[in-house]
Amino acid sequence: MYLTPVQTLGMILAVAAGTQLTRWLPFWLFPEHKKPPAVVTYLGHVLPPACMGLLVVYCLKDVTWLSGAHGAPELIAILAVAALHRWKGNVLLSIAGGTALYMFLVQAVFA
Amino acid sequence: MEGRRADAMERLENIKYHPAGSAALRAAFPATVPVLTGYLCLGMAYGLLMAANGYGPLWSTLMSAIGFGGSMQYVAITLLVTVFDPLQAFLLAVMVNARHMFYGLAMLDKYKGLGKLRPFLIYVLSDETFSLVSTLEPPVGVARRDFYFWISLLDYVYWVAATALGGLLGSLLIFDTTGMDFALTALFVVLFLEQWKKRENRPAGVIGLACAAVSLAVLGPDRLVIPAMALVLAALLGGRKRLCT
Repeated sequence: MYLTPVQTLGMILAVAAGTQLTRWLPFWLFPEHKKPPAVVTYLGHVLPPACMGLLVVYCLKDVTWLSGAHGAPELIAILAVAALHRWKGNVLLSIAGGTALYMFLVQAVFA
Repeated sequence: MEGRRADAMERLENIKYHPAGSAALRAAFPATVPVLTGYLCLGMAYGLLMAANGYGPLWSTLMSAIGFGGSMQYVAITLLVTVFDPLQAFLLAVMVNARHMFYGLAMLDKYKGLGKLRPFLIYVLSDETFSLVSTLEPPVGVARRDFYFWISLLDYVYWVAATALGGLLGSLLIFDTTGMDFALTALFVVLFLEQWKKRENRPAGVIGLACAAVSLAVLGPDRLVIPAMALVLAALLGGRKRLCT
């Protein structure tokens, strides 16, 4: 431990405060008893699919496309997830299958 | 008035059929299993990493329970081993987690009228919990509020428990978990595909992918989030007339 216990607690609270600000801000700006502007309602509808796309890319941000395995394990596993999901439509199966394949690829094939 | 009446009906239905909300738990649990897998891996790794930096399970668990924000907690490790600077920690947390503001905007409507549970749901609205509550619909007979509550609580407990576990016995782990955190990538891919099923969601989904990819290609992995958010917002607002059909 580099910091004292009190300092560490202070850091934990600072991290929590920053994170919570980002979680609460929209709810403070648009309280539930007031009708939000139409543009906010519109964003509420289109943001979930957009965020899901953003999160997929975010998860792949540290992949080295130009060296090493060139992102092959990630791409293969994602294709497997998509194929499984199209075939069976079972969320758990798609995720478990894709993850198992990915673990096999990075531990045994592209290790 | 209409809304309040629907709420009352929903509550009544809930009392009538599911006195303890156990059906909601049964519906929520399977949805959270991928999160359990991913959090187990990342949470334990976090506990382990904290321990390696001199912060035992008490501190790592406390950080997970109060701070509750996966990627920011990892970033914060580097801040815990230098000079005490809480303001920097606060600002960094705001920047790293800025995407949560989108989640709040998207959940304004769904998290309306949930009473005492609402503050808790907002407190623990992580990437994974948001993905589930924004994409999945509760099954018939399960109240929206209970479904969201169990998903949120389970995800939260997984993260905190995994951290504690990692801090306590992480170094004893013999099974090679390399790649197990891909469960979260797979979860987002699947939920993206679920959103994709609705035709009207597709342009926004492509916008999300494209803006993040452009931002990643131009700025690299460490600074992609906020520019990507700005691009997404610009594209969604610019295309409002065409997307709003």
